[in-house]
Amino acid sequence: MGIKKPFLTEESLRAGYDVQPVPEGTDPDALLAAMAQEVTQRGFVVTQLDNLAAWAQSGSIWPVSFGLACCAVEMMQAAASRYDLDRFGIFFRPSPRQADLMIVAGTLCNKMAAPMRKVYDQMAEPRYVISMGSCANGGGYYHYSYSVTRGCDRIVPVDVYVPGCPPTAEALIYGILQLQRKIRREKHFARG
Amino acid sequence: MASQDLKELGTMIADEIGTDILSWSVDFNELMMTVERASIARVLLYLRDSETLQFSQLMDVCGVDYLGRDLRFEVVYNLLSLSHNIRLRIKVEVEEGVPVPSVTSVYSSAGWWEREVFDLYGIPFDDHPDLRRILTDYGFEGHPLRKDFPLTGYVEVRYDEDQGRVVYEPVKLPQAFRTFDFESPWEGMDFAVQTLGVNKG
Repeated sequence: MGIKKPFLTEESLRAGYDVQPVPEGTDPDALLAAMAQEVTQRGFVVTQLDNLAAWAQSGSIWPVSFGLACCAVEMMQAAASRYDLDRFGIFFRPSPRQADLMIVAGTLCNKMAAPMRKVYDQMAEPRYVISMGSCANGGGYYHYSYSVTRGCDRIVPVDVYVPGCPPTAEALIYGILQLQRKIRREKHFARG
Repeated sequence: MASQDLKELGTMIADEIGTDILSWSVDFNELMMTVERASIARVLLYLRDSETLQFSQLMDVCGVDYLGRDLRFEVVYNLLSLSHNIRLRIKVEVEEGVPVPSVTSVYSSAGWWEREVFDLYGIPFDDHPDLRRILTDYGFEGHPLRKDFPLTGYVEVRYDEDQGRVVYEPVKLPQAFRTFDFESPWEGMDFAVQTLGVNKG
């Protein structure tokens, strides 16, 4: 490892209280750098709770395992060692109560529609849904089938659609990154 | 197994239980027998317990819909003799609404397959221990693998915000299904005009 930086440098001591406010924006690196600077110089950090919450939420999205068909195999590939979703703080959970995200990976049949809604309802807020693959997006190959729901957005609200049949693991990761961006841009208002 | 050997096997079986067999043939190196509906269980019991044949496994039971025939449906039983490495296909012809005797007393594995045939073709089975639908949705109406069942079915699902549950509604397609497979025997011009009375132009 490199040489450790001393906690209080001469510059930081000289800089005193002359620190810049945390810049507006969603870039996590800039946010982290600014926060680190404030911590070293002042010993505390002043920020918006929004940004902190968004940073924390987008960095630990826990999806509930919801593989329905062959897309689930690509989802597993994304979670396995080659693409390694753990790097993004993403761990699959067996219980919807511990999950923030549901990846609908595969063909949603009419028979499965009600159970899927139940799983979604059991997730705690804030919750997100990624629709993965043609079948989940709009029925896909089975669009005209008597037994297939024509898109999982008929059952649950969808945040990100990932196209493909099946989408590659990279495509799913791209979709997850889009969801992370979406979470970071969210603003929550509470009126007292 | 050579087709000559299969013919010998067919002759041998026909000699034993000839009265139950309506017809038999060897096509594409496969032995196939059509048997009397009422005696299907007895025939399978003989094929299973015969010392020389030992068709100990029932590989599959499936249905066929020949729309337009008097005996509209066929139930097909695929047998395997592990000791001799021989396969045998048994068929039963049946009209719509007429039950076929269950063979669960001979092969217990037939239970779920007969449920599947009942679910998808609507062929009832007599003396089946638990004849329910197995694949289609709860409360499903119709039998999807019948040739006169529309591809898109009759209902589709949607989550209703007000009722807070998934509801079933009549199918509303923004764009109708179009088929251009005129060569297909059951989608082509002849079929459409003769059996459905539709002129697809």
